[in-house]
Amino acid sequence: MSLEVPADLEKEIDERITHYPVSKRSAVLPVLHLLQHHFRYVNEEVIEWAAAKLELEPIKVLEVVSFYPGFRQEAPGKYHIRVCRTLSCAMAGSYELMESLCEKAGIDRSGVDHHNPIAVSADGTYSIEFAECLASCGTGPVCMVEDDFYESVDDVDALLAKYA
Amino acid sequence: MSDLVDVQINGEWHQFPKGTRMIEACREVGAEVPNYCYHPKLTSPGNCRMCLVQMGMPPRPAPGAEPAQPDEDGHVPISWMPRPVIACANTVAPNMGIRTQGELTEKVREGVMELMLANHPLDCPICDQAGECHLQEYSVEHGKGEGRFREQKVKKPKNVDVGPRIRLDDERCIMCSRCIRFMDEVADDPVLGFTDRGSHTTLAVYPGRELDSNYSLNTADLCPVGALTSNDFRFQMRVWFMKETNTIDTNCGTGANITVYARQGEIFRIKPRQNNAVNSDWMPDSHRLSFHWINDEETRLTSALAKDENGNHQVVSNENAYAIAASKLSKFKGHEIAIIASARMTNEELFMVKRLAKHLKAKIVETVPRTGEADGYLISEDRNPNTLGVKTVLGLDEPGSQLESIKDDIKQGQIHALIALQEDLITDAGFTDDDLAGLDVLISSYPSANPTAERSDVVLPGGCWAEKSGTMLNIQGRLQRLNKVMDGPGTTEEPWEVVRNLQQALGGGNGIHSHMEIFKQLAEKVPAFSGVKFQDIGDLGIPLIETGETLPLLEREKERVAQGLIVG
Repeated sequence: MSLEVPADLEKEIDERITHYPVSKRSAVLPVLHLLQHHFRYVNEEVIEWAAAKLELEPIKVLEVVSFYPGFRQEAPGKYHIRVCRTLSCAMAGSYELMESLCEKAGIDRSGVDHHNPIAVSADGTYSIEFAECLASCGTGPVCMVEDDFYESVDDVDALLAKYA
Repeated sequence: MSDLVDVQINGEWHQFPKGTRMIEACREVGAEVPNYCYHPKLTSPGNCRMCLVQMGMPPRPAPGAEPAQPDEDGHVPISWMPRPVIACANTVAPNMGIRTQGELTEKVREGVMELMLANHPLDCPICDQAGECHLQEYSVEHGKGEGRFREQKVKKPKNVDVGPRIRLDDERCIMCSRCIRFMDEVADDPVLGFTDRGSHTTLAVYPGRELDSNYSLNTADLCPVGALTSNDFRFQMRVWFMKETNTIDTNCGTGANITVYARQGEIFRIKPRQNNAVNSDWMPDSHRLSFHWINDEETRLTSALAKDENGNHQVVSNENAYAIAASKLSKFKGHEIAIIASARMTNEELFMVKRLAKHLKAKIVETVPRTGEADGYLISEDRNPNTLGVKTVLGLDEPGSQLESIKDDIKQGQIHALIALQEDLITDAGFTDDDLAGLDVLISSYPSANPTAERSDVVLPGGCWAEKSGTMLNIQGRLQRLNKVMDGPGTTEEPWEVVRNLQQALGGGNGIHSHMEIFKQLAEKVPAFSGVKFQDIGDLGIPLIETGETLPLLEREKERVAQGLIVG
């Protein structure tokens, strides 16, 4: 296996596993979150590393990864944008927000489908996907860029300018 | 008895042991509960919802109110719950009521069926499972008759090569997870799982992995629909055209109980048959698929052969073949004759061999041992199905131990005639051309063409395991019945008939007309069988001899039953 997990990350993962003394399998979510945070996405190598760590068959980890939209199986851009499309935001204009974000960031979403939710800009700076409710229904449309949260987004240029 | 609880099922009171699953209780009293995901040998996740039934319990009195009074039988009136519960994962409780019929259950079954069929491709005309599909059966019995779903069906992977012997159609899958649980819990090779859970839930193997366990075909048996199908059987035959015969597997000493599906003298598939004392509900793929040679017209021996003066085999009638064999044998004294029989023969056939040997006063009777590695599941080290029969009926303590001395005796000119029954000496018993060269007479009987037959003066056509009836003793000492699936090709006879006819041609023996008659004699003459009647053996066999041998898979299953994980 060619995946290189830094020693301090592995140490953190090992520590996190100790929170689940009954079954290592229960640690699969926190372990995957830590790995995704570091590697930006969870590919086959990451899945197999996590499976070996937790003494599971890789399919049992893939089951979890493919269930949660929060886990990305494809590489995102340098800055990953998630636009809420649940009801309140959709009514407040999230589809329009998605369109203008794509236009300004140079992202082509024509290849996106259920199994490939992420589109990346040609230069690899930005990637974008729709997300379900980001829990701020009164201030839609909302989106997240990396771990930063933005409400009532209307100035797309200003937003993207922060991440250049 | 405090271990029994009173349960009312469809208005009638019954008693069941504490801890009985509701679905098993219903089954026991003949109240059908349709189900997909439940299987008594696997854990119950309760995910298909097909077994929903109405449940009721004694009413709980309001604070201060008097509890309900039991009637003269001690039963309290049942207070029915407005919502249904699954019968597969819940257990019975005292004074519980279960309704498997009625408006509520009908409505929920219709609902579950409608949801299952919403995304089902309804491709029954090209589906192998048609005719034995639970989805088909239940939609006739419990479905609405028409769907209200007008939207686009979800597209999922089709014709997926999940393993060397299994093909997957994800659109047919109803997500019961029986296959996943089988691979996790029984086959210990958890390669299957659900990915993209949600409206796109997909049964999958991990990329780069394969469903290649030697028990993989059991998942196709378990699949209640046509999602997992056997590559070997796919598109070969409609299930309703085939005749089913219950018999036993002869690939090893386990003697797994099987059902053979055949049509017009051709075997199409073999499935394991439930026997909780032997193979549970399973069998290895390697044993299941080892039948194709039986159908091979090119290699089967279909008539008797005898060598002419130039040493070339000519087809002769069976009658002539026995006469020629007898005249050749009669030139030798008993101590110049050896018989090599087979531990693939039934007890009845071995009894006939013993009788023939006695008539000929043959010097040696021997069989050929066959061993391999035990797999820790159902395949035993002994690859002969009836070694215990050889020990018991022929009285050989160490089958195979005299093979070398037979070779020596031939070399030294002490044995001149050899009868090889149901064994290919060259391929399976380590005989060489040199070993056989010293013989004056070689008579053999085997189901298909083989090097020993090529060298035989007379070849008698003997049927294979699917073409004969009788009994065998497995490694556990269990007496089990082998049932004839079909007639052998051409003039093939059952091996016991071959031995009888040979002995008759030699001037001995008389009318034995069926394998059951032989069994009767066996029961009279062999102490281990004394008192056993053929008809008592039944489809599941009976324990006859205590050997202390166990089957690892069965032992693990017993453990899971004891832990309450499965019903068993």
